[in-house]
Amino acid sequence: MSALLEIEDLRTHFFTSSGVVKAVNGISYDVQEGETVAIVGESGCGKSVSALSILGLIPSPPGRIVGGSIRFQSEDLLGLDDLQIRDIRGRQIGMIFQEPMTSLNPVLTIGLQLTETMEHHLGMDRADAEKKAVEYLRLVGISEPERRMRQYPHHLSGGMRQRVMIAMALCCEPKLIIADEPTTALDVTIQAQILELMKNLTKRMGVALIIITHNLGVVARYADRVNVMYAGKIIERGLAADIYREPRHPYTLGLLSSVPRLDQPRQQRLDPIDGQPPDLTRLGEGCSFLPRCKFSVEKCVSETPPLETIGDGHLSACWEQENLATARG
Amino acid sequence: MYKYTIKRILLMFPTLLGAAVLVFFMLRLIPGDVCELRMAGTGMYVDKEAIATCQQNLGINAPIYVQFIDFITGFFTFDLGNSMWTGKPILHEIGLRFELSLQVAIMATLTATIIAIPLGTISAIKQDTWIDYIVRSFSIAGIAMPSFWLGILIILGLLIMTQKFFGNPWMPPIHYTPIWEDPVANISQLIWPAVATGYRYSAVATRMTRSALLEVLREDYVRTARAKGLLEKLIINRHALKNSLLPVATIIGLEFAFLMGGLVVTEQVFNLNGLGKLFVESVTNHDYTMTQSLVMLVAVVFILTNLFIDILYAWLDPRIRYS
Repeated sequence: MSALLEIEDLRTHFFTSSGVVKAVNGISYDVQEGETVAIVGESGCGKSVSALSILGLIPSPPGRIVGGSIRFQSEDLLGLDDLQIRDIRGRQIGMIFQEPMTSLNPVLTIGLQLTETMEHHLGMDRADAEKKAVEYLRLVGISEPERRMRQYPHHLSGGMRQRVMIAMALCCEPKLIIADEPTTALDVTIQAQILELMKNLTKRMGVALIIITHNLGVVARYADRVNVMYAGKIIERGLAADIYREPRHPYTLGLLSSVPRLDQPRQQRLDPIDGQPPDLTRLGEGCSFLPRCKFSVEKCVSETPPLETIGDGHLSACWEQENLATARG
Repeated sequence: MYKYTIKRILLMFPTLLGAAVLVFFMLRLIPGDVCELRMAGTGMYVDKEAIATCQQNLGINAPIYVQFIDFITGFFTFDLGNSMWTGKPILHEIGLRFELSLQVAIMATLTATIIAIPLGTISAIKQDTWIDYIVRSFSIAGIAMPSFWLGILIILGLLIMTQKFFGNPWMPPIHYTPIWEDPVANISQLIWPAVATGYRYSAVATRMTRSALLEVLREDYVRTARAKGLLEKLIINRHALKNSLLPVATIIGLEFAFLMGGLVVTEQVFNLNGLGKLFVESVTNHDYTMTQSLVMLVAVVFILTNLFIDILYAWLDPRIRYS
């Protein structure tokens, strides 16, 4: 059975006056039906760009997908024309953005913003779409949905708005939802609620979910599989449990040890990753993590390590991954 | 909203009083008065007594506070008195011209809006393409070209073209006919000044529409609309345009108020007897009462236009709550 979404060697570059920014530089991953896949990485590693590329939402100019393929239900999304990709957006693949405060249109009612998608994709008339929208608002846990329909986004709190965004992404019953840092802008107390809601709804409706985040806690709890991105590339992939228990890339290891853990003595100091991520306009030969890596060897300078299978469904792009396993174990 | 409107209307009074104080005292700072100008303006023999009698009759030698109270009570009771220069009732003099100026202003505003919003939108959507360059050149030309000069070109063009195609040169009517008496004659006279001023006015509004829309098109919610798979047409019309019209509405409103009394030279070119011409004449004649009345009229128009724009804002943007 082929995967729901298969991304092969995707390259998205931005052509700016200060050079070509290789935001996504040859990534491959897949998402199975109903599965939750996380893409983890720090700011500027290309995780959002890789998500926007799937739906052709890269601002162009300056951005452009310069290579690779994105197959969704065996259809190449990069080969579609403008109208065809618009039929996929919102209908087959829903999207939830980071900033609920600015992602809803301030001058249109919640109701209109929900119904217009259904009217457009499902050919519903206004009355039917409104009924359905109320159902979805109730589903995402919004009280008094009939009244909310007539309200504007500024009447709602951030968490409520993100719930509306989730209802919007779900309302055409898509096969896949891409959530780009869905909880980053929210209050900590709300974050878990929103994630829980997303997880429950996608599971119940059988929708696959891509969660893009820099929060490893989110990954551990909600993702089936994890892709760790660094400098436009995936450097480690595996089941969430494996990545946690046995990280096989120095970057993943660094990420994990920079997060406070409840299962370890409190006195232990957190261990941040030193240095800055590399300038994406001047990526040269060799491993891009090299300047920050504590495990580097000579080979790392001249040759870029490929993403290779090291265990059951576990891949790492590091020359020293075996030593890493022993070093940690 | 209702409360807000009432509050705004009440606020008109202090604003108008401010305008009244300013114009009243500034006018009296100008050396000379209407009597001296009339009697001595020719440079011939000056009869001091005649001037004194004239000043006595017009009441401009009365104490300044008496004059001011007269002016204010007159204004708020709609009794503007007579023109100091012609001696005719001011309401009558202004009434003659107000209709014409208002019509030109409305037609110019319509012209500008009809040109500006579609052109600005196309220009923003097709940013940095040849269409955008053409629209931008067209609007820069509009800003650079004085409307009176464009007016002259229009008249000459009309003469030459009609001569060439119909054998007889045709010119717009010279005398003003109210629109309800003869709409054809009225429109065929006023459409040209409206186009000449509307073009320049549209240039500013086009550029404003373009830049506002470009800004809105980069907003997150437009990206959301795209991610929902909506068609570009709907995204522009429903999601982007309404948000970007706020600054455009401001510009259009201010320009409209300016047109009511600011069209001095264009009126000259098209031989229109409008408020602009009356304004200049009354100032050069030291016609205190007339100038004061005109300034107050323009102030009222400005205030009402602003009020209208503010109400329009609330309609365009539900976040704006007036309470």
